[in-house]
Amino acid sequence: MSLPSELPPRQDIGVIGWVRKNLFSTWYNIVLTLVAAYLVITSAGPLLNWVILEATFTGESASDCSGEGACWLFIGQRLNFFIYGFYPDALQWRVDIMFGLLAVAFVPQFIERFPRRKWFGIFGLTGLPLIGYILIPGGWFGLEEVQSSRWGGLMLTLILAYVGILAALPIGTILALGRRSDMPIIRGMCVVFIEVWRAVPLITVLFMASVMLPLFLPDGVNFEKLMRALIGITLWQSAYMAEVVRGGLQAIPKGQYEAASALGLGYWRKTGLVVLPQALTLVIPGIVNTFISLFKDTTLVLIIGLFDILGAVQSTITDPAWRNVTTEGYVFVAFCFWIFCFGMSRYSQNLERKLDTGHKS
Amino acid sequence: MTEHNTAQNPESARTAPVELTKRTDETIIKVADMHKWYGTFHVLKGLNLDVKEGERIVICGPSGSGKSTFIRCINRLEEHQRGQIIVDGVEITDDVKQIDTVRKEVGMVFQHFNLFPHLTVLENCCLAPLWVRKVPKREALATAMEYLDRVKIPEQADKYPGQLSGGQQQRVAIARALCMKPKIMLFDEPTSALDPEMIKEVLDVMIELAGSGMTMICVTHEMGFAKTVADRVIFMDQGEIVEVAPPEEFFSNPKEARTQQFLNQILQH
Ligand SMILES: Nc1ncnc2c1ncn2[C@@H]1O[C@H](COP(=O)(O)OP(=O)(O)OP(=O)(O)O)[C@@H](O)[C@H]1O
Ligand SMILES: [Mg+2]
Repeated sequence: MSLPSELPPRQDIGVIGWVRKNLFSTWYNIVLTLVAAYLVITSAGPLLNWVILEATFTGESASDCSGEGACWLFIGQRLNFFIYGFYPDALQWRVDIMFGLLAVAFVPQFIERFPRRKWFGIFGLTGLPLIGYILIPGGWFGLEEVQSSRWGGLMLTLILAYVGILAALPIGTILALGRRSDMPIIRGMCVVFIEVWRAVPLITVLFMASVMLPLFLPDGVNFEKLMRALIGITLWQSAYMAEVVRGGLQAIPKGQYEAASALGLGYWRKTGLVVLPQALTLVIPGIVNTFISLFKDTTLVLIIGLFDILGAVQSTITDPAWRNVTTEGYVFVAFCFWIFCFGMSRYSQNLERKLDTGHKS
Repeated sequence: MTEHNTAQNPESARTAPVELTKRTDETIIKVADMHKWYGTFHVLKGLNLDVKEGERIVICGPSGSGKSTFIRCINRLEEHQRGQIIVDGVEITDDVKQIDTVRKEVGMVFQHFNLFPHLTVLENCCLAPLWVRKVPKREALATAMEYLDRVKIPEQADKYPGQLSGGQQQRVAIARALCMKPKIMLFDEPTSALDPEMIKEVLDVMIELAGSGMTMICVTHEMGFAKTVADRVIFMDQGEIVEVAPPEEFFSNPKEARTQQFLNQILQH
């Protein structure tokens, strides 16, 4: 009766077929292709020259730079400062351990078939910050203390972003749930919190955290500047996150709540098992978008005197010993940010694909 | 909304009349002078109904007559404002504890299935037993497979709802509700979102369930189903119960003019 099943027809049409289909299918496609090719060819040559062919990679000082290409030597010479800030050389192994653990926790997330990669991720969200909290400031278990005023560079950028990201998602989720609560007091408080924090620019938040907050705190209570910045960034970010998550919550059909209620699930189980998993999955692009912009916004701590990677680079390019390395410095910073932000973006795409259960028709 | 009518459909009429297997005279649901308003709109106007354990009730009536609202009051998906609803000895009030107790014993199947799309079929079925009934995982899995078997889709256990047909999804929804081992099952037009060829597979499952002695209240326009399994058919119109009668009497000899008119309408085409 039934026909035998056949293999699907071959989609593969070879390089020439692809080129013809995608680049030269119509006359305006041909024009576009030629214009684009012209632009790429004319700009790629000089760029390649500057970045690699005529660039200086080795040497001791500014005089070794030829002057034609990029002076990457400068980055190499100051790399230690760009990464660790003023963290004492002899104790930098502590930061290195954290970089290592960061890689251990998150590199597996990009490898589809890595065994138990979920547990690596969970470690990254729980154990890793805990270890960092002990290891980086020190002062425990005989570890020498390093004041947070000496932290800087990439390490500081990562700390700011990591803490902000880690804390903002749960706080934002709670705020979003609160904003949809039936209880008027809770709802009111959440609305006020979100609307106040969201309406204030981050620069203002940071200024307030560093200058005004101490005025309000009782005598004897004093957080370090970094701590104050972290609290400010986290609360500010939570307000944004709350609105992203709320978007997801609103997209969940009423029937889902009803089905969960009818099965006897109470508010927290309904929320935790049925609503949030779907709502958060829906807004992964929005969440990651917020993370990425937070990551870049951390550079604003410069104005309250913290030296993140941008601050560290900026303070060095004005060094009279190095002339004309401004471009190299900024390109380096841009590259560092790009690596992390692109990583987050790729990861979110991975996650979306994995969590897609085919219910979006 | 299309009102499917399988009264003349030989497929569903052919199914043998269901034997009563479990029937006590104990009242399991008691609704007394129940009123509900949506804002100022009086949706339900003093409903009275006693359902005995093991009884199968079919509710029909024109669109907007309050059928869904009525059965949703029984598990407190909607709140009633006056009168009494007592389910399995527990009165439904604002008390969250009592509502939870009732919901454990009352399963519900919706028109649009409302499966959880982020969970597999098996996980859908195990969720409430694990988190509400707190049964051990192994037992929950075994129960889930047993009911999936009963609704004839054990092979779909590891798929996601989005990968199933409508009829299959509705059968999963029935299995999911049954996994809580409820005493009462509510159905709100379980077949009206389905294509005709899928209606039968769902009705077959419901007929089988009726045969097992489950107390059932079904809102449906499947008159063939009503004739086969119902102990009583209720006709609702404009928030009132207009007529209650055994199916033979209801279909052949309706007392009220409104019932006659309704039956004429849906049996015409
Ligand atoms: N949330 C609501 N707010 C206000 N009015 C509502 C609400 N839900 C339902 N109604 C109204 O209550 C009445 C009864 O609705 P209900 O859904 O119970 O009807 P039904 O008998 O189930 O109809 P159908 O056969 O179309 O499903 C309708 O007039 C409807 O417009
Ligand atoms: Mg309805």
